[in-house]
Amino acid sequence: MRQQKRKIHFILLFSRQGKLRLQKWYTTLPDKEKKKIVREIVQIILSRNQKTSSFVDWKDLKLVYKRYASLYFCCAIEDQDNELLTLEVVHRYVELLDRYFGNVCELDIIFNFEKAYFILDEFIIGGEVQETSKRSAVKAIEDSDMLQETVEEYMNKPAF
Amino acid sequence: MPAVSKGDGMRGLAVFISDIRNCKSKEAEIKRINKELANIRSKFKGDKALDGYSKKKYVCKLLFIFLLGHDIDFGHMEAVNLLSSNRYTEKQIGYLFISVLVNSNSELIRLINNAIKNDLASRNPTFMGLALHCIANVGSREMAEAFAGEIPKILVAGDTMDSVKQSAALCLLRLYRTSPDLVPMGDWTSRVVHLLNDQHLGVVTAATSLITTLAQKNPEEFKTSVSLAVSRLSRIVTSASTDLQDYTYYFVPAPWLSVKLLRLLQCYPPPEDPAVRGRLTECLETILNKAQEPPKSKKVQHSNAKNAVLFEAISLIIHHDSEPNLLVRACNQLGQFLQHRETNLRYLALESMCTLASSEFSHEAVKTHIETVINALKTERDVSVRQRAVDLLYAMCDRSNAQQIVAEMLNYLETADYSIREEIVLKVAILAEKYAVDYTWYVDTILNLIRIAGDYVSEEVWYRVIQIVINRDDVQGYAAKTVFEALQAPACHENLVKVGGYILGEFGNLIAGDPRSSPLIQFNLLHSKFHLCSVPTRALLLSTYIKFVNLFPEIKTTIQDVLRSDSQLKNADVELQQRAVEYLRLSTIASTDILATVLEEMPPFPERESSILAKLKKKKGPGTVTDLEEIKKERSSDMNGSAEPASVNASAVSTPSPSADLLGLGAAPLTNSAPAPSSSGSLLVDVFSDSASAVAPLAPGSDDNFARFVCKNNGVLFENQLLQIGLKSEFRQNLGRMFIFYGNKTSTQFLNFTPTVICSDDLQSSLNLQTKPVDPTVDGGAQVQQVVNIECVSDFMEAPILNIQFRYGGTFQNLSVKLPITLNKFFQPTEMSSQDFFQRWKQLSNPKQEVQNIFKAKHPMDAEITKAKIIGFGSALLEEVDPNPANFVGAGIIHTKTTQIGCLLRLEPNLQAQLIVTADSNMK
Repeated sequence: MRQQKRKIHFILLFSRQGKLRLQKWYTTLPDKEKKKIVREIVQIILSRNQKTSSFVDWKDLKLVYKRYASLYFCCAIEDQDNELLTLEVVHRYVELLDRYFGNVCELDIIFNFEKAYFILDEFIIGGEVQETSKRSAVKAIEDSDMLQETVEEYMNKPAF
Repeated sequence: MPAVSKGDGMRGLAVFISDIRNCKSKEAEIKRINKELANIRSKFKGDKALDGYSKKKYVCKLLFIFLLGHDIDFGHMEAVNLLSSNRYTEKQIGYLFISVLVNSNSELIRLINNAIKNDLASRNPTFMGLALHCIANVGSREMAEAFAGEIPKILVAGDTMDSVKQSAALCLLRLYRTSPDLVPMGDWTSRVVHLLNDQHLGVVTAATSLITTLAQKNPEEFKTSVSLAVSRLSRIVTSASTDLQDYTYYFVPAPWLSVKLLRLLQCYPPPEDPAVRGRLTECLETILNKAQEPPKSKKVQHSNAKNAVLFEAISLIIHHDSEPNLLVRACNQLGQFLQHRETNLRYLALESMCTLASSEFSHEAVKTHIETVINALKTERDVSVRQRAVDLLYAMCDRSNAQQIVAEMLNYLETADYSIREEIVLKVAILAEKYAVDYTWYVDTILNLIRIAGDYVSEEVWYRVIQIVINRDDVQGYAAKTVFEALQAPACHENLVKVGGYILGEFGNLIAGDPRSSPLIQFNLLHSKFHLCSVPTRALLLSTYIKFVNLFPEIKTTIQDVLRSDSQLKNADVELQQRAVEYLRLSTIASTDILATVLEEMPPFPERESSILAKLKKKKGPGTVTDLEEIKKERSSDMNGSAEPASVNASAVSTPSPSADLLGLGAAPLTNSAPAPSSSGSLLVDVFSDSASAVAPLAPGSDDNFARFVCKNNGVLFENQLLQIGLKSEFRQNLGRMFIFYGNKTSTQFLNFTPTVICSDDLQSSLNLQTKPVDPTVDGGAQVQQVVNIECVSDFMEAPILNIQFRYGGTFQNLSVKLPITLNKFFQPTEMSSQDFFQRWKQLSNPKQEVQNIFKAKHPMDAEITKAKIIGFGSALLEEVDPNPANFVGAGIIHTKTTQIGCLLRLEPNLQAQLIVTADSNMK
């Protein structure tokens, strides 16, 4: 029987200028290797033109990507995995970010990178989708923001 | 300062990020970062204890710096401290830092594990969630050792919150993937299966992933999951689009869960219980039906989710490979997608059809789309899609369409993307070999490959074409002619020079009869490419030259002059210099006999799996190609029957009666006074019609092989499933030596292995054979060799029999083949002028001295092949002797110990495709 190891290997978010905004690895790799992979993949995807499919073969994996405004979202999945559903994993993640930040933009992810990671963790664990309900996933994040502070409190904090 | 921070924002972090973004150069950024690192280091080292907020902020800054791509070598301890904070946001940052910057410092791991343990025991679902996420993110062996026993308990405990169950299931999955040995199977497994029935769809979703992976390794233990998965799936696909509320995604009910359930079912064969099976078939039909319904939304998310489920259902249908109706429906559905306006769908349809092509039920249905796929290859703008089209053409290729597909792939190769050229080259090479009915087509295809994409033709490909040409004597003359012609091109690829050099070095003699490809012309042609080639190719060409010295003694001095030139003898490259020196010396001091022995035609290569296939497998990664190939192999033997040669049962083969003479020589009187002439006519018939006689009840197929050996000395004499017999022989005047190679093709030993060469009484007086016994044990995969020394005492007509007996796995094997020692082996070619020839011809007027035979040509008459056969037969080919240029004329002397017999030969091809052969001979 064919081995069905179907999980996401990593997720990368990067800008049209090639700046990496988020990286999530579900396979253990040395840092040096990760940097090399990021460079390679960013270059591959940025060089593809708009009318092409959303899938690229890469080594023995497949890259599934989609651009939202200025940001590319890219997942590396196994060759046998479901490409269309992976596109919707990306879309659902964008929806979650949007719901949390309200009209999410690249700057939100730059300045609140840790939140982007937390939201992803609520949605995907170990490369597998954990919770597909938008309501449940966002609620988990909002629970953690229970200690909301006022703008005054924020401005009183040291700026260094 | 933009107010982009949300939640428990860290103002200092936002300012720092702004600063970095405002840096105008990489240097400025590094400067700013170094300043910050110094600041954080001093805060961490300072006397004043930091509060939780500051610690969190600095740890977060370090994290940011790390994610920018800089190295971080401190702060781990502070992050670990955050883990034990009671404030959720501090704990969260601590865990994030650990997840991203994990470090195998054992002291630290102990502290981290301790904190995780506390959080798991806290019964606070948010803290438990954080701890589980951390374990899953790190997933190290140390973590597995510490928690693999604990997590199953959390997973199945009655009072665990749903969200924690979800995290626990996927966390356990991650640990199982990295360290399966550390996850104990036990009572919990049966309870996990029942999570498929859970009320909460989120729990079912997470649990299904875990169960799928566990079921792959322990199918028996998780067998009950099949019926549960089917009923769950059934409930989902039949539900109205709003039933599942939050789990409905753009009007598609629970697409993620559906796909995971379909994937779980792919771990098992079709359900045995007819009720379950029927229900599953219904589900799959419903999914196929829904794909045809008009979309409920114009959004791409709707169609993506719907089609994601459809494609997964098709995967399951292909996996089961048992419902022809569903397979054909799937194929039709994909056929519609082949022309869809969405590029993604075209891509996926091509991909999915590749696997459908390997099912015997849908192979033919897939083949009907060949024109669309070829069109995709030509018109698709995305290389990924074209790549899939190439894959699909490869998968749907069989005997019926191989020529068309190979031609289209070659066409495409001219303009193909550089990134996929090598793969296409490999695929074309494999298909051309696999489905070659006619090996001339194979040779043409490979030479085309080199012409079109020479740079992408890897060593494996051109090695393989040489292996095949050497092992198949029927294509050698054609190959020599074709490479010779291809080399005429003013600019040809170096790979062509390599193939050409090698083939002409071996078989240049087969075309040397044609004045347009005389030895000197062949040599000059190759040498004109020499200086443009790389060192390895030049080294190969030097070997060709020395082979030419043996094949064509008439150009020996020309070649010696080249070898002797300073550019060779004093070449800066040591390999080239050495070859030049050694070859020159060899050609100078060695006798013709030694030269002929050293430079003998290459022996046939052992039959083995194509190294190209291995290369393609490597390129495509394990699993993908192998599976397909295996399936295809099985299918081709099922469906095409004739694809593989019929197997031969060695033990059923009997020894032939000595009178059943393959060459049909038995009719001639067997006396010394009535020598060769009476028989050589029919001998010739066999030479020109490869399978003229089929009298001998010898090992099937060996007749053909035997006839081939009349004109050649090396090759495979016999082969069945167990044994391969190869020959390599050489003859000088009336002496000869034959090496017989016995190859054990199995992995089991042959015992009592006894080959015996048998001569009839008559033959014994004419042919003196000496053999040495071989080792009675032949190991699996091993080859043993036996030498036969041969002396021709007087002319003879029969061939000796090689009888082989051995035990293989308890059964006794006994088989006989004819050993191709024929009188013509003792032919020495003689050159003579036209005048001489006809003078002698007329002298041979005694009926006993002449034999004439008229026979129908069984093959198209190709002058080059005929010439090659005559040369291979042993006589000299005399050019411009016969006034009719269409006729062939040969002359030679048969050497026996007692006498030498001159022999003249004329072959008169007739327009009506008949041949007239006349042979005259004379005793001198």
